[in-house]
Amino acid sequence: MSNVVQTAPNTDDEAGTDSAVAILRPRTSNTERVLRIVVPVAMLVLAVVAWHLTVVLNGIPKYILPTPGDVVTSLINDWPTLAPSLLVTLRITFTALILALIGGVAMAIILVQSKWVELALFPFAVILQVTPVIAIAPLLLIYVPETQTVLLIIAFLVAFFPILSNMVTGLKSVDHNLLNLYDLYGASRWQTLIYLKLPASLPYFMAGLRIAGGLALIAAVVAEFAAGTAGQGSGLAFRLLESQYRLNIPRLFAALILLTGTGIAIFGLTSFIAWLSLHRWHESAVKREN
Amino acid sequence: MRNVSKVFSNGTLALKDMSLDVERGEFLSLLGPSGCGKSTALRIIAGLGGPSSGTIDWPSSKINSRGLPEGDVGFVFQEPTLMPWQTVFGNVYLPLRLQSVNKSAARERIMETLASVGLADFANAYPRELSGGMKMRVSIARALVTKPKLLLMDEPFAALDEITRQKLNDDVLRLWKQSGVTVIFVTHSVFESAYLSNRIVVMKARPGQVFADMPLKTSGARDAEYRTSEEYRATTHEVSHALHEAIHAGGGTH
Repeated sequence: MSNVVQTAPNTDDEAGTDSAVAILRPRTSNTERVLRIVVPVAMLVLAVVAWHLTVVLNGIPKYILPTPGDVVTSLINDWPTLAPSLLVTLRITFTALILALIGGVAMAIILVQSKWVELALFPFAVILQVTPVIAIAPLLLIYVPETQTVLLIIAFLVAFFPILSNMVTGLKSVDHNLLNLYDLYGASRWQTLIYLKLPASLPYFMAGLRIAGGLALIAAVVAEFAAGTAGQGSGLAFRLLESQYRLNIPRLFAALILLTGTGIAIFGLTSFIAWLSLHRWHESAVKREN
Repeated sequence: MRNVSKVFSNGTLALKDMSLDVERGEFLSLLGPSGCGKSTALRIIAGLGGPSSGTIDWPSSKINSRGLPEGDVGFVFQEPTLMPWQTVFGNVYLPLRLQSVNKSAARERIMETLASVGLADFANAYPRELSGGMKMRVSIARALVTKPKLLLMDEPFAALDEITRQKLNDDVLRLWKQSGVTVIFVTHSVFESAYLSNRIVVMKARPGQVFADMPLKTSGARDAEYRTSEEYRATTHEVSHALHEAIHAGGGTH
């Protein structure tokens, strides 16, 4: 008897639930959960193995395509060179993203205050948005003495617009009846903004954040490419170019892997923030049950 | 509370020279075909979009900057109109929060109001977890939490099923009797208006005007018994007849 009681918590929860419930529960749920992790991981491993075999069997030289092993070795050996570069790229990306968040939200709030403000600023918003921002990099390199600042400005401009346009849409999409309700209770503009408009546009903000997070990294890399010959850059993009010139392809791959890892981390982080703030109430973060 | 006397006309002539006096403690139904401006009238009373001409007079002492008596009006919309990011508690807290009442001071009043609509156990639930009828109860609780003198309801139960609607009708009657609040209830249902109100104002369309004003007295209590009584049948017959005439008087197609 005591044996059964002791093991009950360990043998899933079937022992505690009545049989009807136990039968209704999908029995494959555990297997499926394991497969959900195993399948993608196995595919990734398979791809790496295929890469390795392709290089080894065809005798491809290291300076054209290194094996995964070469890349890992380079990642470890060149870490003293790569780590500071990673830090530079991370710093530009996140500083740009944070500035874009603050600027985008603040700008959106100003824009929706009055129809006239929006009309007045509209041409500038369109011009800035449709111009490929990277095209102004050469100009910025002349005007701004510090290369790092140029990179920051470009990454900021690129990340700024998805947040601005999403926030403007969000602030304008507030339920009209809720606005009426706030009016009815004599809410001030400030109260309406803080208690109603900002929370209501949170899902739009999160969508903007996810886009901007990815774009900030891309912009940080592309901007450094553009500034590459300025010589002062030492971010990961600079290392990519440098490795290419020196035909140090394993290091190029290592830098690439670090960039991919950064991208994944940003995506994971922004998705997590979105989930954290929306999962209690918004349909986008709630599992559908039928 | 000798209440509203108002005259207004509007660009599209949603309402034309409509006058209405509402007595304190009345349960008044505004009944009419769609497009007769009954919701417009209600919104004007609430101060949402002022009249293009005419005035609304309030007997109340404190009038705020928007011409409404301070904290004296509650409004229930056609939709529950809840903030999905707030719990039931947070939604009911809203009117008090906007009056800068702090949370701990408001807690007791909010829980009391929630209990009166039978939702005391759901204070921490989010709107998406509630059924349509429960959301409507939250909306009613929110309108009542400020203890208003006037409660405006704009076809609040139109989207609900018959069973839920009857239950909520009974609850509204009970809350009305308990609190002594004046209710103006917009509906397009003859049966609903006949069941709830002690005065029915039938409106006609094009332009929106008061067509008939019928006081309603019942001998007994309004309950399930009343719903099937001969008296109720006669009343609905009379109201239906008035509504029918209003529709014809309004002209056009319906």
